[in-house]
Amino acid sequence: MSRPVSITLQNSQDGIAIANAILADNPEAQRKSFPAMTKIDCPGRLSILADSVSERLGREWDPQEIHMSVISLSGSVDEDDGSFTLFWR
Amino acid sequence: MVARKLSLKQKYGHFTRGLDWEPSYQKQEDIFPFATYEGIKIHDWNAWEDPFKLTMDAYWKFQAEKERKLYAVIDSMAQNNGQLGITDARYLNAVKIFIQGVTPLEYQAHRHFAHLARHLPGAGLRVAAQMQSIDELRHCQTQIHTISHYNKFFDGIHDFTHMHDRLWYLSVPKSFFDDATSAGPFEFLTAISFAFEYVLTNLLFVPFMSGAAYNGDMATVTFGFSAQSDESRHMTLGLEAVRFLLEQDEANVPIVQGWIDKWFWRGYRLLSLVGMMMDYMLPKKVMSWSEAWETYYEEAGGALFADLARYGIREPKYADVAKAEKGHVSHQVWSIFYNYAQAAAVHTWDVDDQHLDWLREKYPETFAQHYEPRYRAWREQAEAGKRFYNDGLPQLCQVCQIPMAFTEVDDPGTISFRVSEHQGEKYHTCSDGCRDIFEHEPEKYVQAWLPVHQIFQGNCGGATLPEVLDWYHINQGADNFDYAGSPEEEQWNAWMEGRRPAAFPAAAAE
Repeated sequence: MSRPVSITLQNSQDGIAIANAILADNPEAQRKSFPAMTKIDCPGRLSILADSVSERLGREWDPQEIHMSVISLSGSVDEDDGSFTLFWR
Repeated sequence: MVARKLSLKQKYGHFTRGLDWEPSYQKQEDIFPFATYEGIKIHDWNAWEDPFKLTMDAYWKFQAEKERKLYAVIDSMAQNNGQLGITDARYLNAVKIFIQGVTPLEYQAHRHFAHLARHLPGAGLRVAAQMQSIDELRHCQTQIHTISHYNKFFDGIHDFTHMHDRLWYLSVPKSFFDDATSAGPFEFLTAISFAFEYVLTNLLFVPFMSGAAYNGDMATVTFGFSAQSDESRHMTLGLEAVRFLLEQDEANVPIVQGWIDKWFWRGYRLLSLVGMMMDYMLPKKVMSWSEAWETYYEEAGGALFADLARYGIREPKYADVAKAEKGHVSHQVWSIFYNYAQAAAVHTWDVDDQHLDWLREKYPETFAQHYEPRYRAWREQAEAGKRFYNDGLPQLCQVCQIPMAFTEVDDPGTISFRVSEHQGEKYHTCSDGCRDIFEHEPEKYVQAWLPVHQIFQGNCGGATLPEVLDWYHINQGADNFDYAGSPEEEQWNAWMEGRRPAAFPAAAAE
């Protein structure tokens, strides 16, 4: 079984859109809801696709904006112009 | 031809490595005098790559936006009597411990990451440490600004920096950080960035901030999540830094493992305070300490240490003890505070029936058997007008500085107690974990400033409790003792009474 990666997001407008994009783009991702925050776990790997978040927000979303919405994460990070990925090597 | 925009990774390269240079007229070891004495071997500093490709220009942009959001909330709190939105005044005691115990650590972290930003030989790591230093200063400032609103209405917040340096329970977080900042740069990085930020900090911030949200504390949620967004970057720095040390030289592995073992245990003992805040101080509860431990240490830490196994790193020593104790620690720490509420700048209270039900449900194997009878006995005493306050001063652990009230891992009826000798003197620790830390560096820990010893030596204002409390700057009769009967309770009840509509006159109802 691949080890889970995880991200916790604020329940803000942007955070909710990011969470919805993750769930749509990563079929194995699972959502846990808490007061004010959402934790998403996914075995092995999880990607946030900028296009998918932009579509949900109705504006251009830059992956670096993740800094505005993230609360915590578990896993190694890879960041580029079009996506933000968590993974275990 | 139009100039092409640099990709994120290219831009990051230019703004970190591109701005570094090779020294020519000074020796490397003179410029970075702390880089080698811990025995860590680095062969190629350029192999370090920050996974977050954050450059200074983008950093300022995002941090400024975080600040604008936070200060809008602070204004709103002040303008709209935000203090009335919390579930109950007892909740505020968690915030008091936070500002007394955690906020000064943010400032310490600010100072020491500035030191690392100067003294680490790699440019990439220096840039990350510089950003983190500024982050930590921001956390300290925003916490003070936010909580200052509560200081207008509640007790125990008024002189937190003074208290941090003197109060018995605040020597626990203070000495933790003093231990880290008096270590070398790589131990500090492993201690704070990895063991604390990556492995354990989620237990402090995440359930606690979610708890703040659930209890109507808009202020704490906002500074908490604002800080936590930086924390994700710090955690990643911690993980990548440890991975970098392990990849650079095999000889680094046992050194790093030793630091992981030490700082896991130091951090775990420190977080027992958070366990108490979560299980006892939140009127509306999000999750128990035990559940948080399972989610944020056992699950997340399990995945982490499985990943690091390739380098020969194993789970921290005594992680099994921490796991076995998870049904006990929060109750034992609450009991310490209940015993000594006369000498604390927070309140305690009788654990009511509804709360007892919750604790029984969350701790089916430990609570009803070991702790509920104790609380019921205390309640009977209090109802008979004989509320129990402990008049003796407790023995403190030489390492974690927590009063020696933890029990043996396989016997919750026996206090866990270890004795070590150093140069003919006896030193006491609370556990195998703290004993090992002491015995590895006794020269360091014999210097510990233990609040109880200091009182007995006459260094804390006098020989009587009121004199010591004056020296602490505790406003006696307001900051200390039980919540029941406190000025805070009286004021809160008056506010809540004022919210209810006056009883309708009979004529108006007809």
